[in-house]
Amino acid sequence: MSNARNNLHLLWRAGFGPAVEQLNELDRYNPRQYWSALVKASEKPPTPIEVANNAIDGLVMGVQTFAELSKRELDPDQRKELQQRNRNGIRDLNSIWMSKMVNSSAQLREKMAFFWHGHFACRNLNVLYQQQLLNIIRQHALGNFGTMLKAVSRSAAMLNFLNNQQNRKDHPNENFAREVMELFTIGRGNYSESDVKEAARAFTGWTANFQGEFVFRRFQHDFGSKTVLGRSGNFEGEEVLNILLEEKKTAVYITTKLYRFLVNEIPDATHIQWLSDRFYKNGYEIGPLLEDIFTSDWFYENKHIGTRIKSPIELLAGIRRLLPMQIDDATGQLLLQRGLGQVLFYPPNVAGWPGGKTWIDSSSLMLRMRVPRLLLGEDEWNIGGKTDDDVQMGMMQRLQNRLEAKVDWMPLLSSFKKVPLEKLPAQLSDLLLQTQRAQTIALLKSYVVAADRDASIRQLTAHILSTPEYQLC
Amino acid sequence: MVIRRKEFLQLGSLATASLFVPKFLKAMEQPGWVPPGNKIVVILQLSGGNDGLNTVIPVRNDIYYKSRPVLGIARDKALSLTDEASLHPALTHFKSLYDQGQLAVLNNVGYPNPDRSHFRSMDIWHTASRSDQYWQSGWLGRYLDAQCCGTDALTKAIELDDVLSLSMKGDQLKGMAFQDPRRLYGTANEQFFRSLNAGPAPEHAEAPVDYLYKTLAETLSSADHIFKQSRLRPSRSTYPNTELGRSFQTIASLAFSDIQTKVYYVSLGSFDTHVRQQPQQERLFKEMNDAVQAFTDDLKKQGRFNDLLLFTFSEFGRRVNQNASGGTDHGTANNMFLISGGLKRAGLLNELPDLTDLNEGDLKHNIDFQRVYATVLRKWLQVDDRAILKGDYTPLDFI
Repeated sequence: MSNARNNLHLLWRAGFGPAVEQLNELDRYNPRQYWSALVKASEKPPTPIEVANNAIDGLVMGVQTFAELSKRELDPDQRKELQQRNRNGIRDLNSIWMSKMVNSSAQLREKMAFFWHGHFACRNLNVLYQQQLLNIIRQHALGNFGTMLKAVSRSAAMLNFLNNQQNRKDHPNENFAREVMELFTIGRGNYSESDVKEAARAFTGWTANFQGEFVFRRFQHDFGSKTVLGRSGNFEGEEVLNILLEEKKTAVYITTKLYRFLVNEIPDATHIQWLSDRFYKNGYEIGPLLEDIFTSDWFYENKHIGTRIKSPIELLAGIRRLLPMQIDDATGQLLLQRGLGQVLFYPPNVAGWPGGKTWIDSSSLMLRMRVPRLLLGEDEWNIGGKTDDDVQMGMMQRLQNRLEAKVDWMPLLSSFKKVPLEKLPAQLSDLLLQTQRAQTIALLKSYVVAADRDASIRQLTAHILSTPEYQLC
Repeated sequence: MVIRRKEFLQLGSLATASLFVPKFLKAMEQPGWVPPGNKIVVILQLSGGNDGLNTVIPVRNDIYYKSRPVLGIARDKALSLTDEASLHPALTHFKSLYDQGQLAVLNNVGYPNPDRSHFRSMDIWHTASRSDQYWQSGWLGRYLDAQCCGTDALTKAIELDDVLSLSMKGDQLKGMAFQDPRRLYGTANEQFFRSLNAGPAPEHAEAPVDYLYKTLAETLSSADHIFKQSRLRPSRSTYPNTELGRSFQTIASLAFSDIQTKVYYVSLGSFDTHVRQQPQQERLFKEMNDAVQAFTDDLKKQGRFNDLLLFTFSEFGRRVNQNASGGTDHGTANNMFLISGGLKRAGLLNELPDLTDLNEGDLKHNIDFQRVYATVLRKWLQVDDRAILKGDYTPLDFI
């Protein structure tokens, strides 16, 4: 197997695909070298993403108004304005994070943050809370899973989303405790209903204030003895999380989910056993687990290459890494994400995006195949939010959307400056497609424009990005 | 030349539409020409949480008027069904269907431990799960899984929208979403897509790339099929010039064709009326009323009304008390309309909500919504509802 193909495999799985600047040097290094470079580029702690211009003032003011909102003291117009402000804020969070996925050299960090964004799936219409949660997972994306779990569990976004503010000594609400077990740690079937009830008691009093800071309300906390997964004591939430981390099943659950995200939809029991043993022994350090995966020989086996259906975000980010573009219309991008079935910060439920074949139905596949031409302004589409509730994310109907982005073709054109015209279809396909079909390559030849290299590269690229093969990595 | 009807019909579905349309149109002028029998379900989703208490109004209930000093609809303004219940004034056609025994109202529908979040509650209605379960397939999608095989699944369940709802996605098979058959056809006839699709479609779709090509092949052929069928015996009735009106006309055209679609899905919204509810709900109800009127009249004219079951649902109802903004906040249990020429029981199927027995200001449900699905699946579509709903729900007796 050539270095180039293996490196592309690594770049797609450990990041959002090759950047156009990388296309010419893929043969020069081996995957180990690329892996070291990826790790190094993600080493330093990330700069937090902040969407408000005047972050502290703007947001705290918004938050105070939120306090009033909860008391129903706002008049309709104020309320509407506040909601709009939050929705716009979350939209900005979305586009800024997207541009990090596209432009940041810390590809590994943003890719793993994207994984954790689906794992710790959370819907919350408060932009400050969403921003805090995003920055928690970006900060811990390559660090320690236990530490991240604890930080997420104390975040205002998650506590509110899973109704823990209603979890009180006299009226326990089990939602938070249940999802922590079912979806964040040991997984379904590994705990009893009684474990959920008891764990819920341990989380009583865990809330957050309007600034999004964790608050432990002693008077709402149940200080009595609880029994969770066979251990008894006067547990508080932190101790329950520790008990869950002591369970090896948590390591297996997380490793399996990660393997399916990074390697193959179909889990391999042997590899997962080996990986999760080491993950557990390493005290849930994420970095070494990733090292184990991406430096193993089996990761580069043929059966794993070009067999993963890209999620909509991976598809869009991958195109933008290849074709740098200026996008002014953030709402249009949001509508595109919605049409494709994945909007950042709006997971379908707390279980996150199911992924794999669920991305594909006849309408989403047709739209995926039209995305390149939509971005190039060669096609129109009239998908639109219909209504103004949170289901539709406040997007008004927009007819005849033109999504045209200003695409900079220069880097790609110069990468292929020296390639003979007749070799363009095969060479472009080799670099852009992780799985290939002979029929498609043959068909592409008809898009070579005689005596016009630039036009040929443009035509071929637009068509290659519109194939079913490009949906895979 | 004499062509027996059976052959003629077959030929019609195979031949290009343009050749045969005039003859079909002529035949269409006589009511009852289209052979009845293909029972269809039309699901009308009222997105955003429709206020059920101002839809079917308890006009003799003081608590209702006390809870809603501004929003309450006066008895003399509403359309009377029974001594106790009246319809929202905009639902004139629903009232006349009621008078003809073609409309049933099911009150207090919901599920235990209701969730007041739009997307979560909609998720529950789409998947038919309990509120503590997270399922990844929809109930109509699982109907396709259980019933259909091969390439015709796409045309068995059709959604009039650009994006396919979760309810239409099965574990194996999925329905198809489009707004307009002509535009669908145009997109599918993009030359590059046709060329990609030119090779033989993969028979087994185990490798992801084969799965994508198989989906592509099915999409393109279904797009052709749907477009041709939509022009075979297109509805000639007048429909309101609204999105819902156009969607219903498309549904009618397909219902008159030979396509044998079983499920149609269409949404209207937003009913999320936290603020200034009255004009918003009235506008949406007028759109719904007029579109449903055109549709049911059309089906009646063609002798197909007995083959139709149309039902409405919303992800939740709304709070009993009005709020301070001339609106209502998210609630729980709600009512559903069931419309058909073939109802076994019509009218109010059960008692109105008990406003003296609330759960923190919200209505309590006493009919699990899955029972409606079970009824539709078992008694209308005649399939095994237990496997599809992954549970045993007692069917109701309206059909």
